[in-house]
Amino acid sequence: MAKLDSRIPSGPLADKWRKHKTDIKLVNPANKRKYEVIVVGAGLAGSSAAATLAELGYRVKCFVFHDSPRRAHSIAAQGGINAAKNYQNDGDSVHRLFYDTIKGGDYRAREANVHRLAEVSVNIIDQCAAQGVPFAREYGGLLANRSFGGAQVSRTFYARGQTGQQLLLGAYSALSRMVGAGGVELHTHSEMLDLVLVDGHAKGVIIRNLLTGEVTRHAADAVILATGGYGNVFNLSTYARQSNATAIWRAYKRGACFANPCYTQIHPTCIPVSGDYQSKLTLMSESLRNDGRIWVPKKKEDRLKAPGDIPEADRDYFLERIYPSFGNLCPRDVASRAAKRMCDEGRGVGESGLGVYLDFSDAIKRLGENGVRERYGNLFDIYHEITAESAYQQPMRIFPAVHYTMGGLWVDYNLMSNIPGLFVLGEANFSDHGANRLGASALMQGLADGYFVIPYTIGDYLAGQKPGSRPAADRAEFRQAEENVTGMTKRLLGIKGKEPVSHFHKRLGKLMWEYCGMARTKAGLETALQKIPELREEFWASVNVPGSAATLNQSLEQAGRVADFIELGELMCRDALTREESCGGHFREEHQYEDGECKRDDQNFAHAAAWEYQGEGKTPLRNVEPLNYEFTKMSVRSYK
Amino acid sequence: MVAEKTSKKLFSVTLRVWRQANAQSPGRFVDYPATDVNPDMSFLELLDVVNDGLTRKGDEPVAFAHDCREGICGTCSCTINGKPHGPGHGIATCQLYMRTFKDGDVIIVEPFRARAFPLVKDLVVDRSAFDKIQQAGGFISVRTGAAPDANSIPVPKADADLAMDAATCIGCGACVAACKNSSAMLFVAAKVSHLGLMPQGQPERDRRVLAMVRTMDDAGFGNCTNQYECSAACPKLISHDFIARMNRDYLAASVKSAFQPVSLGGGGAG
Repeated sequence: MAKLDSRIPSGPLADKWRKHKTDIKLVNPANKRKYEVIVVGAGLAGSSAAATLAELGYRVKCFVFHDSPRRAHSIAAQGGINAAKNYQNDGDSVHRLFYDTIKGGDYRAREANVHRLAEVSVNIIDQCAAQGVPFAREYGGLLANRSFGGAQVSRTFYARGQTGQQLLLGAYSALSRMVGAGGVELHTHSEMLDLVLVDGHAKGVIIRNLLTGEVTRHAADAVILATGGYGNVFNLSTYARQSNATAIWRAYKRGACFANPCYTQIHPTCIPVSGDYQSKLTLMSESLRNDGRIWVPKKKEDRLKAPGDIPEADRDYFLERIYPSFGNLCPRDVASRAAKRMCDEGRGVGESGLGVYLDFSDAIKRLGENGVRERYGNLFDIYHEITAESAYQQPMRIFPAVHYTMGGLWVDYNLMSNIPGLFVLGEANFSDHGANRLGASALMQGLADGYFVIPYTIGDYLAGQKPGSRPAADRAEFRQAEENVTGMTKRLLGIKGKEPVSHFHKRLGKLMWEYCGMARTKAGLETALQKIPELREEFWASVNVPGSAATLNQSLEQAGRVADFIELGELMCRDALTREESCGGHFREEHQYEDGECKRDDQNFAHAAAWEYQGEGKTPLRNVEPLNYEFTKMSVRSYK
Repeated sequence: MVAEKTSKKLFSVTLRVWRQANAQSPGRFVDYPATDVNPDMSFLELLDVVNDGLTRKGDEPVAFAHDCREGICGTCSCTINGKPHGPGHGIATCQLYMRTFKDGDVIIVEPFRARAFPLVKDLVVDRSAFDKIQQAGGFISVRTGAAPDANSIPVPKADADLAMDAATCIGCGACVAACKNSSAMLFVAAKVSHLGLMPQGQPERDRRVLAMVRTMDDAGFGNCTNQYECSAACPKLISHDFIARMNRDYLAASVKSAFQPVSLGGGGAG
């Protein structure tokens, strides 16, 4: 059984991080260059960590499977980044951001981690502004803000609808600077396929070069995974096509606990599915809910009418009706489920009935078409590209889609997993968002972890490792891990079955969406737990991976990732089945109030469930980390 | 997720695709007929379907670069009917939808071609030269933790907006592929202008433009002869005016550096 020590510092909430920073061990500047740190992934968390650690003097190797770090999917985040700057003088504070995030996460996140996140949020904005990130500005030259879901203050900083892009390019510029200066050795087209443990500590990785197929061993004093979330288990999602869980899944199979895998975020405002060929879903930023109003017809028979022909009196602005105090800006899980209920009632719009309207006509009246274009122009353009419809002339049609995963590898307050020396940052860890993430908090967390947390906390671990004690990569542990990787590649290429990888990915996605999506039931999850192992068996018997291992082989890459998704999907269902309550993004139909809201069970489930791998074909072990709420009162989350 | 029933009229096209095993082997066009094309499909989704068909037959699918499929990551990079990113305006390959084409069309699909972008396989090229240019100077040297309060550096809205216009570059390389000289001037100018327009970017302004241009030249990109094909092909419609801005910066920095040498080394890193 894994030992889960969260290592939360004692003392008052607001002093914990400051106290911890003075208590933890340091590595002296002359010794830093004797330590080598591997960073896998170069999105917001990975790039910022790699750059900052190199600035401190550590020798950093950074591995990305993309052709450039700038391609990481952080680039696609649209709306913004939260920070408790209170530049708007509207009553924001570190404590309020902390409280909103804890409540938004439905009381399933650690208080100490979330408070630290709120504290460093202000430093992130300073850092990014200094890097030249072109944030939106007021006419006076100061920074502008917008509002996001789950908050009653305006604390979201943004760069048009491309905030993720600009923040990532900022982190990429910091990383590029350190690559140019020789502090970071950058390996592109390099996919991590196994983690190497030596005496129980994470001491290296096995990398496959995606262009040449060459498999190499890399030893280090510590390993950082910043490889993002696992939403592509659902096949259709707002993730990039290559986003995958392979790094964290292979680490799980080496003993890292996987916490709360069932916590997935379904984002309310995405463009609906149009056909079986579909490869991904496109998000329409939450920021649109600042000015757009969501509605469905009051009468079922109106659902196929042109929206303009439905008079005001026959429209149901259901979020404003059900949640008057937050209205269209209620949190994502709440908005998604409300939209689902409307569609379940038969009032969904579009041919499939799986859609609701997001209407800008009031905003256009108020701000003019140009005013709306200034705020959301690029999003309206994207919508037009995909649907051939103009949202200036008719409401957008939207539907919820998989967008983010709150679960991830278990980490302590230092962001270290239960494997000593293995750190996990950003979406890949489980730590800050509880059961639901608020909008504009993912960018905040990724950069907080990379710029402001790991540079301190990694020292606490490294100070306990003798400089120069890094194991050699020719040890048996490395050889065994490499054989593990090449063995799997050989096996995949050798099946020579009938079906392409995508066939299995699509089927997995449909199973997951049906049984482990927006609403889950005991019976459904049990069905999924029966069907997924069958799918897994079928995959290993009849997938076809053409080509060789010695060149660029995209089928092979995808096959390995989908093999992992199938196993992870099973774990997600198992976790969802065990968690006999509803909280945030995890909605069990058996556990709801009469009005359809989540019914938590704080008596039995106020904990993180950290799953521990027990070997192939064996049921994983469910470890528990209790969540203690010392500073906030756990209450029923209400946005009414 | 359940697909909507479609009332759309399906049609057929032929994809004439460049196949090349690697940079050393000769390449050639191969025709792949595609039927039941839905106008709401993206072009890359059609390639997915064609690839699944090839896989089922035991053939190797067409290698192509793609990732976010929403026009922001800059990975996708096909030249379609002779135009980088295809016939659309202001879009990346992944944002091209089949409704752009009609029944019976032959669609010619090639990689981005440029000497500084060596071919990897089929439609995939190596654009790492862009990273090298970035590493030479595409940054503001600020150590993590050393930043002043964000509002202590006001930026006039017009400057911030113009900087953002330049900063929207996705680094796809269409500008290079569109240029008869394979020039990377638009890519470099976008970064130089973005940072040069911000007050934070002033201290390194001269060094940045000199270092980035030198690295661009060393990588084998050609020169600009003011045809502006780059802007026309740019998925973010970044204006060629930024090239003029970079040329002014470059000239000023070159003149100044004649009197006071500018170090082009790393960014004063740790």
